[in-house]
Amino acid sequence: MMPPTPTAAPVPRPTFQLDDHQVPFTPGQTVIQAALAAGIYIPHLCHHPDFAPHGSCKVCTCRINGRMATSCTFPAAEGLQVESEAPEVQALRRDLVQFLFTEGNHFCPSCEQSGDCKLQAVAYDLGLLTGHYNPLFPDRPVDASHSDVLLDTNRCILCELCVRASATMDGKSIFALSGRGITKHLVVNAESGRLGDTILAVTDKAMSVCPVGALIRKRQGFRVPIGQRTYDAAPIREIAVQGAATAPGTGGQTP
Amino acid sequence: MTTVAPKRKLRVATTSLAGCFGCHMSLLDIDERLVDLLDHIELDSSPLTDIKSPGMCDLGIIEGGLCNAENVHVLRHMRERCRVLVALGACAITGGLPAQRNHLDIRDCLQTVYMTGVGVHRGFIPNDPELPLPLDKVHPLHDVVKVDYFLPGCPPPAEAIWQLLTDLVAGRTPQLGHGLIHYD
Repeated sequence: MMPPTPTAAPVPRPTFQLDDHQVPFTPGQTVIQAALAAGIYIPHLCHHPDFAPHGSCKVCTCRINGRMATSCTFPAAEGLQVESEAPEVQALRRDLVQFLFTEGNHFCPSCEQSGDCKLQAVAYDLGLLTGHYNPLFPDRPVDASHSDVLLDTNRCILCELCVRASATMDGKSIFALSGRGITKHLVVNAESGRLGDTILAVTDKAMSVCPVGALIRKRQGFRVPIGQRTYDAAPIREIAVQGAATAPGTGGQTP
Repeated sequence: MTTVAPKRKLRVATTSLAGCFGCHMSLLDIDERLVDLLDHIELDSSPLTDIKSPGMCDLGIIEGGLCNAENVHVLRHMRERCRVLVALGACAITGGLPAQRNHLDIRDCLQTVYMTGVGVHRGFIPNDPELPLPLDKVHPLHDVVKVDYFLPGCPPPAEAIWQLLTDLVAGRTPQLGHGLIHYD
């Protein structure tokens, strides 16, 4: 896929090298923002165009000027040499995604989010056929106390998108992460710790950003049948950069 | 390819461990291409032949995970007898649906099902010595033996099974593109 070349630009924009492409960028953009805006997909999970860079999932790691770095936190700069599709980089991403699958309980056949799940779609993109590592089968709670929302922490990958959305956009600060290392987990800001005792509304931004099936709208689960969902129709590699072609160089910029 | 393709048919064994036979159904779902396939393979032990124990095979295809001691025994036997082992479907690869009991205590599970469950009268936990003992956790195959290839899906689409088998018969590393890798 060739990046659309900027046309009729009065001043040529600075560029960096991403695999075989020269990617134009606006100063202040990160590497992944410029790449997505140019229609080039870099696998990612915790990055979201509406939020400040987070850099926690590490799936967007690229080799930048010879060193591994997360492209969602790395400022684009003139002349950077970025390798994204190199076999070593892809192998590293595959490992990271396998860790995510084996650390949680990701039973895709019984998950309402299957087919719309970014974790699953990124795994498809990376050609993941197995979790490879021995699964941990952790014992994690499901919270069905909210009338419209199901919180299934078995599927949580700790990307903090709901944490960020609830704090910065909904102004409710309903979610947070607690604990360290393998015991880190999502907690709910209520004395009881239950979602039903919070002011979360199903229309909140926090409800629309979960990349997996951890935050689920009740009574919606199988409205669209398995096999006819977002990433059944097209791979995430194509869907994630849709819109970039019509607005080259702007799609990935955060407001 | 310069290597000489073997003229003899590949001997293939299949088995279902802690699975639902859905993956075997999906294998049958390659429909009339089964006839083409039988030009290249012959079935050894399999639910489709009713041969109980595999001879030396080129390929072993295993559906289902490991939920009891017999599953482990059969898997190890398959590993010894098969040059190449394929984990077929979600249960073989992740433990799948049966593994959803992994966060529960096995004794509680058995008591609920056989003694205190709704509609159970004078129940007891089955203890016939012929029954294989359940494992405390359900495991994917690669927890116990080396697995050579994985084909995910619940079940894997017939098209993906066809792709895997034709690739293996031709001596290629199986390649699955978009639409053939499915976890659901």
